[in-house]
Amino acid sequence: MSQYQLDYLDQLESESIHIFREVAGQFEKPALLFSGGKDSITLVHLALKAFRPGKFPFPLVHIDTGHNFPEALAFRDQLAEQIGEKLIVRKVEDTIKAKHLTEQKGKFASRNQLQTFTLLDTIEEFGFDACIGGARRDEEKARAKERIFSVRDDFGQWNPKLQRPELWHTYNGKIHKGENVRVFPISNWTELDIWNYIKRENIQLPSVYFSHEREVLEYQNALIAVSPYIQIDENDKISTRRVRYRTVGDMTCTAAVASEAYSIDDIISEIIATRTSERGETRIDDRFSEAAMEDRKKNGYF
Amino acid sequence: MDLLRFLTAGSVDDGKSTLIGRLLYDSKNILIDQLDAIERSSKNRKDGTVDLALLTDGLRAEREQGITIDVAYKYFSTPKRKFIIADTPGHIQYTRNMVTGASNADLIIILVDARNGVVEQTRRHSLIASLLNIPHVVVAINKMDLLNYDQAAYNHIVEDYKKVAEVLKLNNVSYVPISALVGDNIVDASTKMDWYQGPILLDYLENVEVKSSVNLTNARFPVQYVIRPQTEDLHDYRGYAGKIESGIYKKGDQVVVYPSGVEATIEKIELGGKEVEEAFAPQSVVLHLDQDVDISRGDSIVKKDDSLKVGQDIDAIVCWMDEKPLTVGQKYFLQHGSKVVPAMVKEIKYKLDVNQLEKITEVSKADLNEVVEVKLKTASPLAYDAYSEIRESGGAILVDQTSFVTVGAALLQ
Repeated sequence: MSQYQLDYLDQLESESIHIFREVAGQFEKPALLFSGGKDSITLVHLALKAFRPGKFPFPLVHIDTGHNFPEALAFRDQLAEQIGEKLIVRKVEDTIKAKHLTEQKGKFASRNQLQTFTLLDTIEEFGFDACIGGARRDEEKARAKERIFSVRDDFGQWNPKLQRPELWHTYNGKIHKGENVRVFPISNWTELDIWNYIKRENIQLPSVYFSHEREVLEYQNALIAVSPYIQIDENDKISTRRVRYRTVGDMTCTAAVASEAYSIDDIISEIIATRTSERGETRIDDRFSEAAMEDRKKNGYF
Repeated sequence: MDLLRFLTAGSVDDGKSTLIGRLLYDSKNILIDQLDAIERSSKNRKDGTVDLALLTDGLRAEREQGITIDVAYKYFSTPKRKFIIADTPGHIQYTRNMVTGASNADLIIILVDARNGVVEQTRRHSLIASLLNIPHVVVAINKMDLLNYDQAAYNHIVEDYKKVAEVLKLNNVSYVPISALVGDNIVDASTKMDWYQGPILLDYLENVEVKSSVNLTNARFPVQYVIRPQTEDLHDYRGYAGKIESGIYKKGDQVVVYPSGVEATIEKIELGGKEVEEAFAPQSVVLHLDQDVDISRGDSIVKKDDSLKVGQDIDAIVCWMDEKPLTVGQKYFLQHGSKVVPAMVKEIKYKLDVNQLEKITEVSKADLNEVVEVKLKTASPLAYDAYSEIRESGGAILVDQTSFVTVGAALLQ
């Protein structure tokens, strides 16, 4: 490589920082959707690179389903405090009460679908015109189709058949009142890119990403953490296993993987060796139908 | 490791999505659960084979119709290189999505169905490749299995395409006979085409020199955002944040700020919060100047350079992407780098006929998917380059002033 050629991680980093600054330049009231997972933690790290020594031109916003891992919540609060940025938390629980929403029933009743209601209410409450999220195109086939600046109508809906052309690195963020844009700065990163970057930049993560002992329920080849949010039946097989989380979503719909990975290097080795995709291995919410993600996005989900 | 961005193009049913599926499958970049999912969906196919196109056709409407509507991005790597693939639609009505996928590509694979040869969409996509200045073109002549791997048929198509390449002045064109369906010459060499001596597709993709589209000679930096912490200890901090579009900036360089024309010197360059002596495209950095100049988003910090153009009368080749036609006298927003200016179409100089690849004059409008050259008048001066010189500083989009939709890709001349 010549002196003036960038390594792929530097290329991805620069592309993401550029996207962050476009959001700052084009929108009045952006927000960074922060979940406490590795992708949104990487977003925060990139935002620090984009805006320091200035403040972020947006708050961190967490839509709390009430089913989060306590480790991720503690990490969220600690990170927000450490970087001195504003954190807004809105709870799905409150939306359920206020709007009399019907919760899913069953063994792994998930609030995944309901969080869209809280998200849209929060967007309206603060008048957010752009919401930055950590979705990646390699995660899922509907996400592979979405633009970096994805315009949503006033119901938050994505219209996959009518996306704006997006050329070069020119992002068109012009919208009408009531519409908002979802912005995905790490669209072009893969799971492995994220881990390599976390290693290179020495980014800290919640402990659930590393191997630990946990009481889990084995269900259709998935290991689900025992928690107050799932229904445990008499014949369920519960055991204590050494596991880690490959993704961190709700405790009700995120499966752990058996793992002995105690360091970032161990995790990278496991990911290189794995023959299963990130969401396929860990998200039971995507298994509903072939178009589960597309359908949720059309309804305002990320 | 380096990165190659490429796209697949070609007419409907030429096998673009199947080719990508095959590349990922044969290079072991498909994971078990993804394969399980497409095997389940392929079950209703008569012949019982796995439909590899389902890997990239991610929308319900696409799977229902068996076509690609919008560009899908796929990521894979081999020990030699990382790849970002844009799988783009073949239907003429979705050409704008093909242009989206092509705009950042270093290489284009144009698929040709060996039974049909060079058709209108082959020419259209080749024209777009030529206009967008994609550095490498691979013509993959597909479905060779259906023609019993006939060398004469292959040669005939190669000869035909060479004429197109000549008219369009395409450089670095390679040809490879393949079958995406059965996997000939994609990751593994075909046993049925001994007459073909060239590299198979993956070898080519792994080894082609990524002729970087980044220009390191002429330095361009559009200001995206001004960082001003205004805290006690950083009271005088004023940093101009942006991504270097082209060229190299060094501490001490003399620069000119556009559109004001004010001259200044680079006092400090920050990269990821650390001070550096120099920075180059495409790094995202913060520049500091030695004097307080009025600079805001949309301004450019440029090294003194003869090739930069500054003006309000701009010629542009426009790929039109909207149902509503482009007409003379109409006003649009021109978004160029971090700047947005109103621009009016003063004149349509000609339209490109895709089939004959000739210029048609005396046209009054451009319809969806047509390519025209126009004269634009911008409301304020723009500092820009010819697209053929610097892609980042010569590419702009036209945005409808009321729907706010991106309606055209403008290649400034």
